[in-house]
Amino acid sequence: MRRAGRSVKPRGRRVQLVTLAHARSGDKGDTANVGLIALRPKDYPLLVKQVTAARVARHFKGMIRGPVERFELPNLHALNFLLHGALDGGGTISLKTDAQGKVFSTALLRMAIEVKR
Amino acid sequence: MSVARAPVRIAAGQGFWGDWLEAPYRQATGGPIDYLMMDYLAEVTMSILQKQKSRDPALGYAKDFVPLMERLLPELAKRRFKVTANAGGVNPPACAQAVADGARRAGLTGKLKIGVVTGDDLLGRLDDLISRGHTLANLDTGEPITAVRDKVLSANAYLGAWPVVDALRQGADIVITGRVTDTGLTLGPMIHEFGWAADAWDRLAAGTVAGHTIECGAQSSGGNCLVDWERIPDLANVGYPIVEANPDGSFAITKHPGTGGRITVPGVTEQLVYEMGDPRAYITPDCVADFTTIQLEQAGKDRVRFSGIRGRPATDKLKVSLAYFYGYKAVGTLVYAWPDAYRKAQAADRVLRQRLADLGLRFEAILTEFVGVDATHGPLALAAGAGDDAPEVQLRIGVRSTDRARVERFTREIAPLILNGPPSVTGFAGGRPKPEEIVAYWPALIDKKEVKPCVELVAV
Repeated sequence: MRRAGRSVKPRGRRVQLVTLAHARSGDKGDTANVGLIALRPKDYPLLVKQVTAARVARHFKGMIRGPVERFELPNLHALNFLLHGALDGGGTISLKTDAQGKVFSTALLRMAIEVKR
Repeated sequence: MSVARAPVRIAAGQGFWGDWLEAPYRQATGGPIDYLMMDYLAEVTMSILQKQKSRDPALGYAKDFVPLMERLLPELAKRRFKVTANAGGVNPPACAQAVADGARRAGLTGKLKIGVVTGDDLLGRLDDLISRGHTLANLDTGEPITAVRDKVLSANAYLGAWPVVDALRQGADIVITGRVTDTGLTLGPMIHEFGWAADAWDRLAAGTVAGHTIECGAQSSGGNCLVDWERIPDLANVGYPIVEANPDGSFAITKHPGTGGRITVPGVTEQLVYEMGDPRAYITPDCVADFTTIQLEQAGKDRVRFSGIRGRPATDKLKVSLAYFYGYKAVGTLVYAWPDAYRKAQAADRVLRQRLADLGLRFEAILTEFVGVDATHGPLALAAGAGDDAPEVQLRIGVRSTDRARVERFTREIAPLILNGPPSVTGFAGGRPKPEEIVAYWPALIDKKEVKPCVELVAV
């Protein structure tokens, strides 16, 4: 997405998470989970700092109805996000193609974060 | 001098009901294994099976399991591995009987014992439980089960590893269960082999993590794996995962030599975070496992070693999976072609919605997706220009209602659009969509002391 309205010049360059991380997602009722895993362990702190619950909630605006929770797994260089109200009721109730949130993970990988030049 | 004990090898054969039918046979014959673990039960599977049982009391289990076992039985008799499977659904005794019949036909009379685990089925006790003050409140919404009592189709407590252990201790070669947790089918053999105590929380947690890692079959050995996906070798011949478990709770995940797929730290990590909630509290009937304590190490080609896993005491509750009748839904699709494929599909959606409104048809939900544009990534894909100049776009529109007649009427509004809506439309070969019954899932908790697992042995 364009950030034309930004007043402060970014210090680093913006890269999509898909170049820094991989991910897998699943469901529990109407909640989708996204596990985000650093491709290189050294990038994990970058994910912790920038891919916050608030940031992820903004990223998925219009796609989820409830709040976002985040859990840290430093041992696996991974973050786990719970996206509540993401699946139109979930499971068998949902009318969505991705009723079980199987590919929500890839939608998170579209997010851009800032890395040092 | 004590000799180090060889690890126990527990192989995953099925990750869900409908998984690859070749996998269990290849696991049994591709190298040495001690146990073959097969997971059949998804959340709403029990209600489907309950319905089958109500029509025929001899049904209500995963029917595919019987021919699959018939193919495996000669190998099982020859190689003496054991099987744990929750294929019994809502009727484990009937499932065991069908497998026993198959074993007799295969000439194995007197040579096998089948353990049958029941006690998870609470449907017949539901009113009694409610009358004694159990609310079975929905874990997501807090609503008591009385809100949908007359629509409940199945109610099953999740049993853990211990009834599986009981069956193995009594000499079962094949353990057939109802609603036993996916992880219990892997942890049970470990407890049995290593004599772990009921409060050996770290070891029970380790076995639970092992179970979670292989419960979805090839999802930990290269299947559905995003990292480096194009270079994962020979998925056509993918090897399903095998746990090599040690008495101290450490274990490795590996697969048979010569098979496809790949077992690496990043790939296994993907499976660890799959369907994850709070990683510090992975709650099962047997323990509470802490996934933030797992240490992974690549210990050779296609081999990941797990260590350091910590657990906490089990809770005094069991999860109950209830299924209830919710209503009806239907989904219709049409495909629109270039030029302006996306705009044509959007126009068709507007026409359809106006017609539904003009008919006075209201629904609990109407959902439109444009497959090829926004179905999986929503506005994120649109912002990236997904709709621009698409060669084709599938309009996919679904409705949901408690009133079958409304859903039925909706299904008749799709086809007319082919001739009386926007142009360049095709892809209606499937015909008019059919209204589908919605059986919804209701998760709840119950006091452990209310559920008494039962283990019986059937001699073949």
